[in-house]
Amino acid sequence: MSKITIPVRKFDAVIVGAGGAGLRAAIQLSEAGLKTAVLSKVFPTRSHTVAAQGGVSASLGNSEEDHWHWHMYDTVKGSDWLGDQDAIEYMCRKAPEAVVELEHFGMPFDRTDEGKIYQRPFGGHMSNFGEKPVRRACAAADRTGHAMLHALYQRNVRANTQFFVEWMALDLIRDAEGQVLGVIALEMETGDVVAFHAKATIFATGGAGRIYYSSTNAFINTGDGLGMAARAGIALEDMEFWQFHPTGVAGAGVLITEGVRGEGGILRNSDNERFMERYAPNAKDLASRDVVSRAMVTEINEGRGCGPHKDFVLLDITHLDPATIMKRLPGIREISIQFAGIDPIKAPIPVVPTCHYQMGGIPTNYHGQAVNPDGSTIKGFYAAGECACASVHGANRLGTNSLLDLLVFGKSSGDSVIEAINADPKGLKELPADFADRTLARLNRLNTQKGGASVNETRLEMQRTMQKHCGVFRFKDMLVEGVSKICDIEKAVHLTEIGDKSQTWNTARVEALELDNLIEVAKSTMVSAEARKESRGAHVRDDAPDTAANPNGRDDEVWLKHSLWHREGNRLSYKPVNLKPLSVETIALKTRAY
Amino acid sequence: MSTMQFKIYRYDPDKDNAPYMQDISIEVDPAIDRKLLDVLTKLKAKDDSLSYRRSCREGICGSDAMNINGKNGLACLTEISELKQPVVLRPLPGLPVIRDLIVDMTQFFKQYHSIKPYLINDSPPPERERLQTPEDREELNGLYECILCACCSTSCPSFWWNPDKFVGPAGLLNAYRFIADTRDEATNARLDDLEDPYRLFRCHSIMNCVEVCPKGLNPTQAIGKIKEMMVRRAI
Repeated sequence: MSKITIPVRKFDAVIVGAGGAGLRAAIQLSEAGLKTAVLSKVFPTRSHTVAAQGGVSASLGNSEEDHWHWHMYDTVKGSDWLGDQDAIEYMCRKAPEAVVELEHFGMPFDRTDEGKIYQRPFGGHMSNFGEKPVRRACAAADRTGHAMLHALYQRNVRANTQFFVEWMALDLIRDAEGQVLGVIALEMETGDVVAFHAKATIFATGGAGRIYYSSTNAFINTGDGLGMAARAGIALEDMEFWQFHPTGVAGAGVLITEGVRGEGGILRNSDNERFMERYAPNAKDLASRDVVSRAMVTEINEGRGCGPHKDFVLLDITHLDPATIMKRLPGIREISIQFAGIDPIKAPIPVVPTCHYQMGGIPTNYHGQAVNPDGSTIKGFYAAGECACASVHGANRLGTNSLLDLLVFGKSSGDSVIEAINADPKGLKELPADFADRTLARLNRLNTQKGGASVNETRLEMQRTMQKHCGVFRFKDMLVEGVSKICDIEKAVHLTEIGDKSQTWNTARVEALELDNLIEVAKSTMVSAEARKESRGAHVRDDAPDTAANPNGRDDEVWLKHSLWHREGNRLSYKPVNLKPLSVETIALKTRAY
Repeated sequence: MSTMQFKIYRYDPDKDNAPYMQDISIEVDPAIDRKLLDVLTKLKAKDDSLSYRRSCREGICGSDAMNINGKNGLACLTEISELKQPVVLRPLPGLPVIRDLIVDMTQFFKQYHSIKPYLINDSPPPERERLQTPEDREELNGLYECILCACCSTSCPSFWWNPDKFVGPAGLLNAYRFIADTRDEATNARLDDLEDPYRLFRCHSIMNCVEVCPKGLNPTQAIGKIKEMMVRRAI
């Protein structure tokens, strides 16, 4: 029986997260007149969508012929056939409309001479089913995410969306039937804990790149949605698939967009060789990200890295016209000067593959509805963006498809919520009596813990373990050892101690609560990776090499399936990949080469 | 390794009667701890009660604005080798302090929201994108890049005196971002709204805003262009 009660606020819908996906969903709900609360740990324009650089994909064909079907083919191929083809068709077909709509919202896209949206080449974007590179990435200089996030926030200002800024969601509320009834959240300024009781809950909490030591991700990217879902008994899908972006600034980890290579940038090793010609003779530097990252690590491992420790390669744009750099890549120039200490007009940028994006997440369908392992929907629960797994990215995401994912599934999840609420306008189910117990116990434990582990040390240990045991290349023995190490670290996480006990803006408490979420993501990643005994997309292991029977180490007979990690019992189950698109023919399995 | 001296503004309303400046020294490795935010992270690992906002650590989210040796800036873009010691860190001036380096930004965002920061175009949208020439699009450069960090507005004496009535440099820069956008149809209404002794005309071209903007933007110039348009439409 519950003794302590917390204040309860009632809404039609609650959206957790105010990055691209959350803001796009919020526009749908606010403009439909639903009473909506949008919770965010940071002011909306500080969400990590802001750091996206290169572009958002759509087959607008503004500079040359393009077709959504080609975009779909590239996405399926990029996913190494692990993506669900119904969701991929949906996303690629909706892309032109989603991008045009964003332009109508005020997004300041760059322009072609005819005044249309400017498009640039990007990794894995090809015309005519893999033939040659095509200009598909719609860009606002190299600040596309910033321009997009601000445009979406601005549209929400117009729509009068109600934001709860600097509120951290702590746990999902679920009743005995498994229906989701909202979240419990912490107001950072006051330390108050409040329940947001809603007919529908949309998670748009973004990624969790901070499970790794070296990441392009912001401090706030701690997988809060995934942690909450896992604690509420929802399985996490395909967590072994993490994208290492080829070009993070060596040492600093800050992202350098693939758009640099789209504009003509070239990767070089210590022999000054354009080494991608050997690994991807057709697409070269614009091959898919997993392919380029592996090539870079191979170059470094074989002694052809640059610098005193031979531990990075160079991204060269010194051959480009400085005017092009100033016009199309001004942000990259700023970042290079700030974080690498070099001006890319004059010298190449030192880069290394850096953890960037989580392909897996909360299982959903293409309507943005969260689903159970059997495919049935979880009533009241929706997810979109990086925290969700529709799955459109499969085993490897194509550059610019993340921003597209936000727009398309942000909107579709919003539309699904509107439909569900219209079908049952009264249906706000009662909260179970003990709905806050688990959360309050967690907070109370943190307030009273003595002699526990430091949050900072424990997090660092987790990050180093992930980096070492579950990186660009994976090794059987390291994965096995990694699982046991992460399980040990998990024990420390549940005993962390904080010095700061203040109620006012307690960032130490927030970081401890974030670590509770990070460890669920880290554990699901390591366990899923150890179990998948093949190489596919971003998951490549030493004991699943390239053979005649299994080209690239991919084993479709056994492993053409999605992983589902269950927190309860730390176990895995699997579900089939949907190879059936909505209207076109299946894009048949093929060996991936660029 | 070398030792760095800091003086940091501390205030926790739960336990402090008044704010105070705390002297802290810390070992830094210049090869790794290049930015002020790197050192703050280190300080926080030692004392987890030190409170500040931060997120992207690359100067694009605008979270970690603070007053560094008397000048507003982003901790993540501030090179520590260029800082005079002891490094004095204070919250952004002119806004109420919540705790340590965290200020209440309500008034700042209220002013931003007051300029209707969204495209106004009530004509039915075309099937495809609205067209805009590359030259017209270029007018938005130097405006749309604002990250709302508040370095500019909280360094502006006019904003300190009248935060409730003067829009401030960030808000005005954003106002001009929409005035300058050929797709926006509300230019006259926007100019009417700003033609007011306080909202725009409290700007006395002190130009602190230009000096501190971490993105190298020029709010004073944007304000000048708004004034110019007001004059032009009057004659």
